Amino acid sequence: MLVSVYRYNPETDKEPYMQDVEIDLPEGKDLMVLDVLQLVKDQDASIAYRRSCREGVCGSDGINMNGKNGLACITPVSTIIKKNKLVLRPLPGLPVIRDLVVDMSAFYKQYEKIKPYLQNDEPAPAIERLQSPEDRAKLDGLYECILCACCSTNCPSFWWNPDKFVGPAGLLQAYRFLADSRDTHTEERLADLEDPFSVFRCRGIMNCVAVCPKGLNPTRAIGHIRTMLMERAT
Amino acid sequence: MVTNVTSFGRSGLYDWVVQRVSAVFLLLYILFLVYVFATTPDMQYEDWQALFSGNAMRIGSLIALLSLCAHAWIGMWTIATDYLTPKMLGGSAGIVRFLFELVCLIVLFIYFVWCILILWSI
Repeated sequence: MLVSVYRYNPETDKEPYMQDVEIDLPEGKDLMVLDVLQLVKDQDASIAYRRSCREGVCGSDGINMNGKNGLACITPVSTIIKKNKLVLRPLPGLPVIRDLVVDMSAFYKQYEKIKPYLQNDEPAPAIERLQSPEDRAKLDGLYECILCACCSTNCPSFWWNPDKFVGPAGLLQAYRFLADSRDTHTEERLADLEDPFSVFRCRGIMNCVAVCPKGLNPTRAIGHIRTMLMERAT
Repeated sequence: MVTNVTSFGRSGLYDWVVQRVSAVFLLLYILFLVYVFATTPDMQYEDWQALFSGNAMRIGSLIALLSLCAHAWIGMWTIATDYLTPKMLGGSAGIVRFLFELVCLIVLFIYFVWCILILWSI
């Protein structure tokens, strides 16, 4: 199988280029893309990529595989291969530090902006803040996000305005705290999101939903935020 | 909170509601016109004049015109803030976007006045 990998080392390369590497896949086995990357690295040790848990939990190895973002460690080669060729590029829209490693600062900045922590002004009870099973159920499909950035870097609105549009990952987390019965800062959170960019730059094309490796639905969460903003204003 | 002085209502929610409501009205207006065309196979100038000289049609057309202008402004502003940015154009982006928005505004205003002149001259 031919693997074409995006290579760029800002210290030595004038511009990025694609490096083709021929890989022998073991018979009768469907490797994950991360395993293929390891085989590539065996041939050329200079290639750089992030990885850690290798089981879709840490979110380190988000890359663009044959045009679609995903986690290399849980994407079987058979599901994305086209004409016996695998094209691996870094997540689009973020500055490349080296090869498949991108600078996630813009992504984290937007995440920080939505204040991704519980805010509660009421005095802390002697035991933990209790939540009914129904209220807890509202957080399902929201808290599971691992911040791999596959969704935000597949979103054209985030490509054009990474400094202004919060992006699907950030907005999914924004709704996670808006929906939490233990959070008392709903009003301030909504006020921070009402401008023309933070939420409303989403045009609902649902690229985020199509690529989320955890099967989450940021578009639905954004819809809920819009509804909350609407209810607040009417 | 990201602020921007050139958006339609300075609030994302307001712009969003205006864009959706105007879209629904424009759809209804276009469907009505299609219905009139479909049910009047041999349309003559007199039919056309009779349709547009009624007060209800004038009000409907005026709302459609206002909807079109608001919808177009929000849409063009969105396109401008997506593509005419420092990331795309470098340092001159600010002035390019301002000029683009100004041209859009002037064109929309000309269309608005022109359409009113046409509608009220029937």
